[in-house]
Amino acid sequence: MSRWIIKGLKTGVVTTRYPRHTEDAPGVSPGLPRAMRPGEDAGDTLGYDCPTGALRHVDGRLVVERGRCVHCFRCVRNVAKPAPWEDGFEWTAIRDDGSRVPGAFQHSIYICVIDAGGCGACINEIKHLNNPYYNIHRLGFFITPTPRKADLLLVVGPVTDHMKVALQKTYDAMPTPKRVMAIGACAISGGVFGSGFVTGAGIADVLPVDVTIPGCPPPPLAILHGLLVLAGRKDAAQALAPSLKSTKKTAEAG
Amino acid sequence: MDIEELMSQARSMFPGAIERVVHSGKGGAEIQCRREALQRLCDWLFNQKNYHFSGLIVEEHPHNWQLRYLFTGPEILLVKTGAPLEEATFPSISEAVHAADWHEREAEDLYGLTFEGHPLLGDFILHDNAWQEGIAPMRNGFNPEVALANRLPNREWRPRRILTAPGAFIMPIGPVFGGATESVHFQLETTGEEVIRAFPRLFFKYRGVEKLAEGRKIDEALLLAERFAGNTAFAHALAFCLAVEQLADIKAPGRARILRIFFAELERLRHHLGVIAGICNSTGLVVAASQVAILEEEALRLAGGLAGHRYLFGLTVPGGLSLDMNDQACREVAVNAQDIIRRLDGIKNTLINTSSFMDRLEEVGMVTRDQARGFGLAGPVARASDYCNDLRRIQPYSGYESFDFKVPCETEGDGYARLRLFLAEAAQSARIMEQAVAALPPGAVFAPCEATAGQALAGVEAPCGGMWNWLRLDEYGTLERYHFLTPSFSNWHGFHLAVEYFTFQDFPIILATFGLSVAENDR
Ligand code: SF4
Repeated sequence: MSRWIIKGLKTGVVTTRYPRHTEDAPGVSPGLPRAMRPGEDAGDTLGYDCPTGALRHVDGRLVVERGRCVHCFRCVRNVAKPAPWEDGFEWTAIRDDGSRVPGAFQHSIYICVIDAGGCGACINEIKHLNNPYYNIHRLGFFITPTPRKADLLLVVGPVTDHMKVALQKTYDAMPTPKRVMAIGACAISGGVFGSGFVTGAGIADVLPVDVTIPGCPPPPLAILHGLLVLAGRKDAAQALAPSLKSTKKTAEAG
Repeated sequence: MDIEELMSQARSMFPGAIERVVHSGKGGAEIQCRREALQRLCDWLFNQKNYHFSGLIVEEHPHNWQLRYLFTGPEILLVKTGAPLEEATFPSISEAVHAADWHEREAEDLYGLTFEGHPLLGDFILHDNAWQEGIAPMRNGFNPEVALANRLPNREWRPRRILTAPGAFIMPIGPVFGGATESVHFQLETTGEEVIRAFPRLFFKYRGVEKLAEGRKIDEALLLAERFAGNTAFAHALAFCLAVEQLADIKAPGRARILRIFFAELERLRHHLGVIAGICNSTGLVVAASQVAILEEEALRLAGGLAGHRYLFGLTVPGGLSLDMNDQACREVAVNAQDIIRRLDGIKNTLINTSSFMDRLEEVGMVTRDQARGFGLAGPVARASDYCNDLRRIQPYSGYESFDFKVPCETEGDGYARLRLFLAEAAQSARIMEQAVAALPPGAVFAPCEATAGQALAGVEAPCGGMWNWLRLDEYGTLERYHFLTPSFSNWHGFHLAVEYFTFQDFPIILATFGLSVAENDR
């Protein structure tokens, strides 16, 4: 065992300096397209064919819906005029309709994670929150295997049919007050799968969503930002649209 | 043996069984076989001729069914049989070819086909306690865009029990368990200490990707092909692109082909690091797990820094790559990969001197070579049991034939053999990356790719094992059928072999040594 202690000590500190300082090491985030700034020339950006509808043109301005972007890079690679792109990872959007319990989550947060049909990349990025590079323990965040002592539910995936019951049960098993965080494009908007015969258009159809973390997958720092926002230690990037509910089509079983 | 000779042998063994043989470009053939003779021919190919069974491809055409059984080896053989639409019954081959078992169950569940002689059909992809029988979502005419209301789930459904010993019970695990894990459910039958029967209940994450892809353009389907299993996205996207390029009758430019190998190996390296970290974690060696996780994070950052995305999303496209790379930057990544391997070696040396770790892996979770072959296991898991299949070797693609690398193989088939295999393969990946940057030619990374109507089959060695993509394109450039044959599907099929008769404490460790992906299986 002592060999491991020595090995551990020898590695030194690799942990990110975020949130005290910024983190700009290469490869920590894929970035996202950003909205046009006033006066910026929209040019021929109208022609983008964004596969998820994250990028749209409204009244001559480029509008970005971050929760839909899946980083396919089709709006920036091999196009005549690339969409404006920005690095960074502080993308969290939060619901702020006055229903929050003030101070409830300011100290430590216990987190339960549920995979409602993700591709595995979001889950992997969540796992990396515990690795020494991010080490969320130092900030008072703990991933717990049981919903019974969790304050926060992290949901990934578009919510598959078979996971609906498990998702609801997990949520119900959590004590109140509790919060729900939608991680990644699938959980926010259905992502590349979209609403279909066995997938939903995100978790808002099933649970009340308090926080969303855009990205496909959101890198660990983006999720960390979300946790800090929830704990009141960082500001959200934007407010969540009041109603996330989608209208899912149904048909009678034949 | 070439195909002519094989076929003349088959013709004399099974007179009248083979109706037609159509040769395909790359040393493969499509063998049209009479339905009645299907069992015998497949049995012979699998058990006498030692072909690997890679999967079953079902297609519904306007008037008939077409089934293709994929056997791979030095040649790619598609044994094809058919029936009129109203006769949705085929002989089951799974008694002779056990690897076909789950493939037949899938076809029954999604297409409503019947496989005569199959011992266990129903409740597989569509769970019976959520769906009534008789819904076949892959059938033409089933609308994939709407959810079905008013379903009549079978509330009587109970897990199957085999154990009748007094005191026997089922220990359920999942689908939500243990921190951040993918959703899967296990029913472990036991009388106390040991897992005696293990049934993984999968498809909690069934997203119907193959159905969603139907009717889509290639560009849209690429997103699905790439992202149904994000941890091995590059390999899957590559298989899709190779299939599309076949239909366009082009090859990606030389530079793109070498860069694809470079990134495929970077992905394999990163994937294996993740598996190794998981193995350390499962034995409670937190420091070792953290040490390897550091390396995995570094590999993710290398990918992110170079290609813009940590999981290499959006990089490979039909015709090449979406982005050219700077040669010097690639060289630096290859050097960093070597550095990762050097540090991994250090961790490995400490690991094998940690007896508490080794005791939990050695002679735990054994899979024999015969079992591996019988269940059609793939990738590192199969190779740890001395069943060596690597598509980079036996069906080279994208230029692997000009690379010098080893395909590591072990004989014990236990947890430690699998760990060694992941370690050795990671080192080989770094070696291939080095060769790739040395061989990187100048030039374009993209060539226009106009796919025409037709069928294509392309395989790549994904990090978890060989995976095949079947696609059929219509004249409007939309997909009529898209089918994945994934290594995790085969490996989940054989997973129970490794855990049965080991104790409950061993279960998570054996699970970790399999490096299974749920998303890749569930689709
Ligand atoms: S990267 Fe892709 S998904 Fe994101 S805005 Fe651009 S085109 Fe849309």
